[in-house]
Amino acid sequence: MSDIVLRTIELTKRYKNRLAVDHLNLEVRRGDVFGFLGPNGAGKSTTIRMILHLIFPSEGDVEMFGVSLRKARHSALAKVGAVVEKPAFYNHLSALRNLEVLGGLQGPVSRRRIMAQLEQVGLADRADDPVKTYSHGMNQRLGLALILLNEPELVILDEPTTGLDPQGMKEVRELIQGLARERGVTIFLSSHLLYEVELIATRMAIIHQGRLRVEGSVRDLLTKGQSSVLLKTDRPEEALQFLKAIPSCRSVTIQGDGIHVELGPEGIPELTRQLVDAGFKVNGLIPQRTLETYFLNLIEGHQ
Amino acid sequence: MLRLIRFELIKTFTRWRTYIGFLAFGMIVPLVVAGLKLGGKYSFERHLLSVLQNDFVIGGNVLNGWFFGLFFMGALWVHIPIVLTIVAGDKIAGEGNAGTFRFLLTHAVSRTRIITAKFIVTLIYTALIVLFIGGLTLGLSLWAFGSGDLLIIRKGILVIPEARLPEHFLMAYALATLAMFVVSSLSFLFSALTDNSIGPIIATMAVIIVSIIIISLPFELFQAIRPYLFVNYFDVWQKVFDDPIPWGVIRSQVIILAGFILAFFLAAVIYFSRKDILS
Repeated sequence: MSDIVLRTIELTKRYKNRLAVDHLNLEVRRGDVFGFLGPNGAGKSTTIRMILHLIFPSEGDVEMFGVSLRKARHSALAKVGAVVEKPAFYNHLSALRNLEVLGGLQGPVSRRRIMAQLEQVGLADRADDPVKTYSHGMNQRLGLALILLNEPELVILDEPTTGLDPQGMKEVRELIQGLARERGVTIFLSSHLLYEVELIATRMAIIHQGRLRVEGSVRDLLTKGQSSVLLKTDRPEEALQFLKAIPSCRSVTIQGDGIHVELGPEGIPELTRQLVDAGFKVNGLIPQRTLETYFLNLIEGHQ
Repeated sequence: MLRLIRFELIKTFTRWRTYIGFLAFGMIVPLVVAGLKLGGKYSFERHLLSVLQNDFVIGGNVLNGWFFGLFFMGALWVHIPIVLTIVAGDKIAGEGNAGTFRFLLTHAVSRTRIITAKFIVTLIYTALIVLFIGGLTLGLSLWAFGSGDLLIIRKGILVIPEARLPEHFLMAYALATLAMFVVSSLSFLFSALTDNSIGPIIATMAVIIVSIIIISLPFELFQAIRPYLFVNYFDVWQKVFDDPIPWGVIRSQVIILAGFILAFFLAAVIYFSRKDILS
């Protein structure tokens, strides 16, 4: 069985003269928690809608589990569960009825199974209440319960924590992590929240102005390119002058009670050695590089 | 498919909007029957006698329940489309507007099957509302004004014996239902074209009103396009009260109405199958 669960091939969406998604090639592997990052309007939702056949690509194709969406939409989508943007339900129906009506499209679903899913997302006690009485967070959890009913192998989530309070965000993140860890579900998660992807994802891609900018493991991307550290030492003023003289230190500035240093890829071990050799006491060396700085650098670099 | 239809029935008949038509006619029809019973019947009587008394001797209960049942059918057929469009026009657009297509269409079920299930439920609703209105008007009229032979003044005078009236009315309701299926189908098509539930209601009513104006005006140009307008065949139900019943005309008009229904449905399927869901 192929290790590639989802692949987009030169996926393109053109609206008149505007290219919303431009020849996008992505690969999501089995077991990935794949973060799909980009600023608002980057083309994330358009890509997800094309993957789910809600909108039709102008060019290119999507393969799921090795099956082309153009050629065999049904079998491609049979193992997929998705929540696109804000979950929308039939507000006049109860959660139970909604799951029966929406979850039963591919085949009958027993009440017992529906209740088990509602139990898992913490909504069992509100199962008979109309969905119109639900909060946004409860709707998100109901959306997750719905997609799990059909036991998907790939779950696609479009900005799943948007509009949630911090507690709700945490709960949804834990549910997603639980899906990947306990059920072995592959997750494709779009977000503009960088820390969210950093917290959850194992691999990621960044899209900007409809084009793929980078794709790889979160760990690799975080350590790629220049590093950034906050140095704590016993003599900051002297260390500042010392560091300015080292060619691999591209930027050196005082930041609070430490020194912020921008370094090349292999800079941290070498820097530590040089500081110690020069007689400085290194009290702390705190990596400053986050996905946010990486993302912003990347986006700014393309503007 | 049966499961999809069942789900559509659940969604449709658990909504308040579905019952607006039943409630509206459920209130209006008894009021009108009460008004006729409390004096309105006499103005009918005066009008009828002024037309007929010079040539005929009228005896028995002429202004009976069957007479008013027929009168209501003739009077209400232009109003029924309004309530039909409330449900039919919302069938696809409502899902788009609510965003529920984002769940509904991401399953391994074809859009054609989903649309077909929606269309079947729209036709079920249409049949129910026509039969409800027919049953209510006829039932209340018979209760209030009693039974008897039916006097029809259309292309001359015709009297249909009481014993044959149930079958005539059943045929008339079936044909009226078919005519209303065309309205629902058109509204359904408009519903596929938009994500706004109000648009299909306005568009359908606009088409019906403009078409009625066209077929009513005696201009040559308008008369030439008359056969292409579905409202031209809306009175097919009245033909079962002719003597002899023009079965050939009824058959051809039924085929034309069925053609309109099929055309509107297929157009909705084709458009929706290629539609980008952006809501």
